[in-house]
Amino acid sequence: MIDPEDLRKSIKKNTILISIMLVNNEIGNIYPIKELVSIAKEKNIPFHCDAVQALGKIEVDVKKLGVDLLSISAHKIYAPKGVGALFIRKGLKIDPLITGGHQEKNRRGGTENMIGIVGFGKACEIAKHEMREVSERVKRLRDKLEKGIMERIPDVKLNGHPEKRVPTTLNVSFLYVEGESILLNLDMEGIAASSGSACTSGTLDPSHVLTAMGIPHEVAHGSVRFSLGRETTEEDIDYVLEVLPPIIERLRSYSPLYRKAKGGK
Amino acid sequence: MYSEKLLEHFKNPRNVGVIENADGVGEAGNPKCGDMMTVYIKVKEDVIEDIKFQTFGCAAAIATSSMMTELAKGKKIEEALKISKRDIADALDGLPPIKMHCSLLAEDALKRRLKII
Repeated sequence: MIDPEDLRKSIKKNTILISIMLVNNEIGNIYPIKELVSIAKEKNIPFHCDAVQALGKIEVDVKKLGVDLLSISAHKIYAPKGVGALFIRKGLKIDPLITGGHQEKNRRGGTENMIGIVGFGKACEIAKHEMREVSERVKRLRDKLEKGIMERIPDVKLNGHPEKRVPTTLNVSFLYVEGESILLNLDMEGIAASSGSACTSGTLDPSHVLTAMGIPHEVAHGSVRFSLGRETTEEDIDYVLEVLPPIIERLRSYSPLYRKAKGGK
Repeated sequence: MYSEKLLEHFKNPRNVGVIENADGVGEAGNPKCGDMMTVYIKVKEDVIEDIKFQTFGCAAAIATSSMMTELAKGKKIEEALKISKRDIADALDGLPPIKMHCSLLAEDALKRRLKII
């Protein structure tokens, strides 16, 4: 979790903008934007919030949050890819990122993607209408998955806040095994999951989010993220809970770390 | 991105396990970097009579470990020590470029980290 005092301490004399996400994409944590904004206000620094991962999952209300700028993206709520929106508080001036056209009040040159924008608007309308019901259903499924994994598989750690988390995300570390080998096994069984683990991204470093949270590298390497959505079913969860335990057991039987942890030579 | 052969070795790795009373043990890699391998050999008249391994790592790390033990088994020690990461990768019908370092793990465990007990 982000400690507001940490934000206060990291503000320097030359800080001109604070940008913090509302929901973390890897672990699903919901950050206390309102409190963080009040610190920025004390210091008179504009506050931008990346709410891409929050849209359609929890309430995103620019008035309640008090932010000066807020970004959202269409594809996260089943709308067409390629469009997004930036909220700008009245009176705040920004330099255009793309110049050369007068579109969008001189803020972004180039012809607008009208079909995408209309689709995004409609998707927001649907999301607003159905969010409560969908979130409750998805949360129940996510909690079932989380509980099921913890009950069936020993030595698993939850990455993320136990409660202050969006209902669509479950990030866990399976100790003594590596994330990509889990993902590939799951993929062979028809289950798509993801990992911030080194071997999937092509670098040797594990997820910077997990290591910044103080999770040891070898534990971060064993992390897997399950993402749920409005179309996830009870059968999907039951299937993962059936397929996953033998995969972990088998990979641990290959693992010298597991042998050592369990007192083997 | 992986060859059929690599995936097959990942699904059914050969020679997984531990040899009690091994004549040599080699350990390479580091769990902090995401892969680590332990290899055990049993030697009779300079020939690797038995070889087993355990690997923590990605699919390429597990498959290259498996292939290395296949290549080394039954070979004279001096021959087995010549097995290079290229030999291991070739035997698996190649590795994706970003995974080439994985085959070094298996080469290292046998070539540079082996300790005769």
